[in-house]
Order: sequence, then structure tokens, then C-alpha cells
Amino acid sequence: MSPKLYVFIAVALIGGALAFVSFGSLGENLVYYWSPSELAANRDKAVGATIRLGGLVEAGSVSTQGTALSFVVTDGAERVPVQTSEIPPAMFREGIGVVVEGTVDDTGRFTSKRLMVKHDNEYKAPAEGEMPDHDAMFGVVEETR
Amino acid sequence: MNAELGFGLILVGLLCSVAGAFAGFAAGRTGSEEGWRWTRRLALGFSVAMLLANGVMEYALLTHDFSLKYVAQVGSLASPTYITIVSLWSSLEGSILFWGAVLAIYVIGALVANGTRNTDSMPYAVASWMVVAAFFCFLMAGPANPFWPGPDPVPSDGPGPNALLQNHYLMIVHPPTLYLGYVGMTIPFGLAVAALMRGTLGPGQLALLRTSLLVPWGFLTVGIVLGGWWAYEVLGWGGYWAWDPVENASLLPWLTATAALHAAMLPGRRGTMKGWTTTLVLATFLLTLLGTFMTRSGVFNSVHAFSQSDIGPTFLVFIAICLVWSIVLLALRVDRIEGEGRVTAAIGRESSFLLNNLLFVALTFTVLLGTVFPLLAEAIKGVKVSVGEPYFNRMAVPMGVAILFLMGVGPALPWGQPSAERVRTALIPPVVAAVVTVGVGTLFGVRTPWPVASLFGAGFAGWVTLAALLDIARSGTASRQLRRIGGYVIHGGIIVMIVAIAMSSAFRADEEIRLKTGETVEFAGYSLHYDGPDKVVEPHRQSLVARVSATKDGETVELRPALVSYPSMQQPIGSPDVHSTLTHDLYLSLMQQDPATSTAGIHAFHNPLVIWLWIGCGIAALGTLLTLTPAPRASPAVAPATETAAPAAT
Repeated sequence: MSPKLYVFIAVALIGGALAFVSFGSLGENLVYYWSPSELAANRDKAVGATIRLGGLVEAGSVSTQGTALSFVVTDGAERVPVQTSEIPPAMFREGIGVVVEGTVDDTGRFTSKRLMVKHDNEYKAPAEGEMPDHDAMFGVVEETR
Repeated sequence: MNAELGFGLILVGLLCSVAGAFAGFAAGRTGSEEGWRWTRRLALGFSVAMLLANGVMEYALLTHDFSLKYVAQVGSLASPTYITIVSLWSSLEGSILFWGAVLAIYVIGALVANGTRNTDSMPYAVASWMVVAAFFCFLMAGPANPFWPGPDPVPSDGPGPNALLQNHYLMIVHPPTLYLGYVGMTIPFGLAVAALMRGTLGPGQLALLRTSLLVPWGFLTVGIVLGGWWAYEVLGWGGYWAWDPVENASLLPWLTATAALHAAMLPGRRGTMKGWTTTLVLATFLLTLLGTFMTRSGVFNSVHAFSQSDIGPTFLVFIAICLVWSIVLLALRVDRIEGEGRVTAAIGRESSFLLNNLLFVALTFTVLLGTVFPLLAEAIKGVKVSVGEPYFNRMAVPMGVAILFLMGVGPALPWGQPSAERVRTALIPPVVAAVVTVGVGTLFGVRTPWPVASLFGAGFAGWVTLAALLDIARSGTASRQLRRIGGYVIHGGIIVMIVAIAMSSAFRADEEIRLKTGETVEFAGYSLHYDGPDKVVEPHRQSLVARVSATKDGETVELRPALVSYPSMQQPIGSPDVHSTLTHDLYLSLMQQDPATSTAGIHAFHNPLVIWLWIGCGIAALGTLLTLTPAPRASPAVAPATETAAPAAT
């Protein structure tokens, strides 16, 4: 065999191994962006995976007990109870758009490890009953963290 | 008036660059001296037009000419003057205009640096720069016109630039530095294209390629770190790097440029790897375009993206053209430039360069994959996902440690094919140093595998670097070897940075703290006392400040984390405060301030050794300056071929 062929085989092997490891590691570390409705539809897949859940904080659902904070995230159709021990950001309040990152258990309760509030540079007051724009909201997360 | 003048200058720039591109390619083909002279004139014409256009925009910003849409968008009478000046690059149209100015400076610099040399290949290079210039002028003349007339009637005041950009002085230096890095990669790209079109990569071209890579590489290094520093001091989540798409966008070309810089040392030494070096240079440029596309087009939402922008498709088309052109050129011409030499030794300095390149390319691949995967997943399967930090850490940490280790192995080994005996004597002292470093680390509690591995690599590479510097100092010819010293100084800086990264990410501690006025809490050896809230009013912003006294070993420092409100934003943004020492940072981020209960919610971080990241970057920048000193004439140490002529037969 010519040296060139050896080099080619070596590079192909290394490249293949790298791609294998990369894609494997990628698959284990994907974070899904879901709304409460999508979460409800994918309940079986959702348990245990890291999920970013986006929606509005339901009015009247916020309660604090010591350092534990619980509230309900809703998209109008489905409701997801969320609990966290984090200090919420300054703008956190009822009715605001939030993204929570964490896991859901088999009873449907969401435990948040990170709570992010919709944070918009070009702010405009939401119209009556307006839902946050899912895409824009998830994008904004990148900025605030 | 400003609108017409500025737009006219952009048209002049567009005309000059298009004409310059044609003239350059023609002059390259025919070898016409008149054509080459015109190519240079047109390139200068483009550069002058761009610099003047930037001058017009700065004038418009400083005189608050709100009849320009861009000024109406980012200007504000309340902004301090320095904010007004840097507003040039605070939004899409202005940053593309600024891009033009940076390219102009580089084109002038490269023409001056080249002087009258390389007349056979340079026309192609200038032509390639002008193609890139024409693309950006086209953007400014069309989809991203910075001199678009503003709303009618002319507003009396504007909102000021994006608040996150106003919040810290690092925003004044980070963008231009990164731009100098990004845009500067156009120059080596042009030289690589010229090498391929001309079919030669001689010593003169290599020397210019090396310099033209080093300058933007230095700026890119500093720019990336300044970006991390800014994120650390402004964003308030306690870290400097989150594998965010925009951060990755700046890292990717840095990785390939670093690989290219190392690869470029081989053709001069051994006559090998010319095609590979060119490939890396082309890839670097393509990655800067991809990075600009990712950050500017709004496909990723970030502090760098501007939602209204519709330059995305245009950019993609240009990237596609450059990619196809690069591949075609490589496929057709790479055999012509490849030299005669060949890497022979399995263990020697050349093979450590090869391994270094392999690792850098692998790292580029994994980071690129993680960065664009969400885009692909959404485009193909319609699912919204993001790639979590653990992916990047799991892939990058082993490769980073391997690269760190190679930083010691490479310089320790001689060129050519050393004997096993020689390899052993070269490697034993650094191994001892590495073991000692690990031992010292264990005493300080470093016992987890990857931090230990990085300490081992750092001890090994650090020893080799110091020994090499001492050798040069002892040889008495240091003044003739400034470039080599620079290389080792860069290595030293990078080693310091990697240790800082490893230790600060592995041993970071954080806690969320709720404090009433007058309360004290213990955190990481500090007792934090909340002195109470404060309100600071400035013309362009209002801050709600939490006054915290941190006491450790009888010494007290005042920290003032804040929530800052800008009129252009509905919600306040956090403004953490950091107390930096040589061993650790105390980092306080104010999350909320409840007036009813006078309670502050504070996220406190204890980050070890972070300051060494900034110091290491400074060392690397200093080293870059040294590598750019003029090459010594007629050095006696030249003639590397004779050094290792023996084993060529294998």
C-alpha cells in the first residue's frame, strides 16, 4: 500500500470515530424547546429529559414558601405546575412570559433549574390576551443568560 | 446632506472595488504592470471612500443628525459622547459600515507591507480583497444602507444604542478588536487564493501570509477574551463562556487560524503542507463569514443580532459563492503549489505539528456541529432544540487538554527524526515538572480527573516553554530571535489561560442569597453584610444599587451590584459587581430588590483564578507583538535543512 493510502485510511478512521462520538454526545445533550401543549403531547418522551418550557405565568398561580417558588406556566390550552428554589429575576410577575429549563416528573410537575423572563429590547405592551411569541421568546433566552 | 454624501462615498467604494477586482484578476493573468498599478489605485480608492464614509457617519452621530435613520435609531442626546462615538457599531448598518473601514485599513496596511514584492501573485490577492469589499459595499448600497434617510418629520431625540452595549466600558473595545480579527482574515484569504491561482507559494508569499495571519489572529484572540470579559462583567450569570452560538462564531475561525499559523511554519522549514496551510486559511475566512452571518442575520437571537435585518439570504449566497470558489480552486490547483518535502518521522516536531492541526480541526468540527445543529434540526425536522453546554464541555475539554500537552511536546522535540535517546532526554524533565505541578495542585484540593490532567499538561508545557525561553536568553542572541521568543510567550499566555479556565470552571461555587438590610451571611470565606439599597440617577439611566460589604480576614471591600434601567427598555438589566484578587473573584449579581420587605436577592459566585484569564490574554497579546518584529537578516541559525538531513531516505 502506498503511504498516501495509509494516511487516507487513518484520517477516515479518526474522522469516523470523531463523528460517532460527537453525534452520540450531541444526542444526549439536546435541550428541547416546548410549549405546555407540546409538553402534554409528548409526556412519555419528556420525563427525565432537559426541557425548556415557554409560556405565560398564570395569574393567581404564584406562591412562595420560604425559598420555594411555585407557579403555573400556561399557553392557554395546557397548564404545567412549576417549582423552583431559584431567586426569580427582578421582572418576574404574574402574566409575564417566562422560559423555565428543567425536568418534568411522571406526575407532570416541572422542576426548574433556571428561570428566565422574557426580556425584550424593543418592548411593546402586549395586547389583551396576547400570548408570547414562542420563537422570539426562546431566542431572547440566549441573550439574558 | 450627510445622507447624500455618505451614500455617494459608498457608491464610489462599490465602483472602485468592482473595478479593482476586474483589474486585479486581469493583471494577474496578463502580468500587465499598468493593470497592477490600476489595481492598487482602485484598492486605495475603495479604502479612502470607506474611511471617509465612516467619518461622515461619525460626524452625523456626533451632531445628532436624526434625519438619518441610523442616527435616529441608535443616537440619543442624553448619551455621553463616548457612547455616541461607539454607536457606529452598535447596530447592523453601522457595523457593516465599520467593517468597510477596517477592511480599508487592512488593505492599505497589506499593500504597504508588501511594497514592491510578489508582483506576480499580488494582483490576484488584491482582486480577492476587492471581491469581498464589493460584497460589503453592495450590502451598504442595498439591503443595509447606513445612510438611509430617516423618518419624516425628523425626530428631536432618539432612544440611544442597545442598553446592554451601553452598560460597560469593555463594549468600547471589544467590537473593534473582534472586527480587526474577523475582517483581517480577508487578507490571508486573498493571499491563499492568489497562491492557488498563481500556482506558487514561495518564501515571499509565505512571509506575507504569516504576518497577515498573525495580525488578525492577535486581535481575534484579544477580541474573544474581551467578549468573555464583557459577558462576565455585564450579563450577571457568573461566567465568561456559555458556548452560545455567537461565542462559538468567534471561536471557530480562531481555531482554524491557529491551526493555519502552525501549519504555515512547515512549508518554510520543510517545503511541505503548503496545500494544507492554504486550505486552513480559506476555511478560516469562510468561518468568519459564517460567524458574521450567524450573528448578524437574526437566525440566532443574541445581543449581536438585529431582528429587522434581512441580509441573511444575501449573506448565504455570498458564503456559498466563496465556498464553491475555494473548493474549485483547491481541487484544480492544490497539486501545483505542493512542495517536494515530506514529513518522515513518526515522533518529531513535524508530526507534533500534524497532530496539533488534526486536533484543532477536530475541535472546529465538534464546535461547528454543536453550533449549527439546532439550525439544521429546525430546517429539516422542524423541531426546536438547543445543544446543551455538557456536549461542548465533554468534547472540548479532552481536546483542549491534548492541545495543551502538545504545546509542550512539540517544542521539546527537535526538527527531523530524532533518536529515541534524544526524545527521552527531551521529555523527562518536563514530565517531572508536570508531576510536581500535579502534586502542588493536589495539596490545594485539585483531585478530579480533568483538572488534574490540565495541570499535568500545563506543568509539562510550561516547563518546556520556560526552558526554551531560558535557552534563548542564555544563548546571548535573544535580540535576533524576537519572533521565536514571541511564539513561546504566546504559548505561555495560552497555558496560563487554560489553567485559569480549567480551575475557574471546575471549582466555582455559587449560592443564591436573600438578605434584609443589616443582615450578614457567610459565603465562601467572606461575610457579606447588606448595608441597604441605593438609587443612582444619571441622564441616560437609573440604577438600583445594593450596597454590600464583604469582609474576609479583617479586610472589607464594598460591592455594589445593581439593576439598571434604560429609557429604551421596559425592564431593568443586571449589573454585577466583581471583586478580583489574584486567587479568586467574589462576584455578586443583584437578582431582585423587594422594597416592601427591603430584601435583596443576590446570586453570589466564588470563581477561582479568573483574573489569570485576562492576564494570560495580555501575555499572549504581548507575544503576538514580538512575533511581528522584523525578521533578523542573515541569521547564522538559518539553514534548517542541514540540521536534520540524515534520515531523509526513510
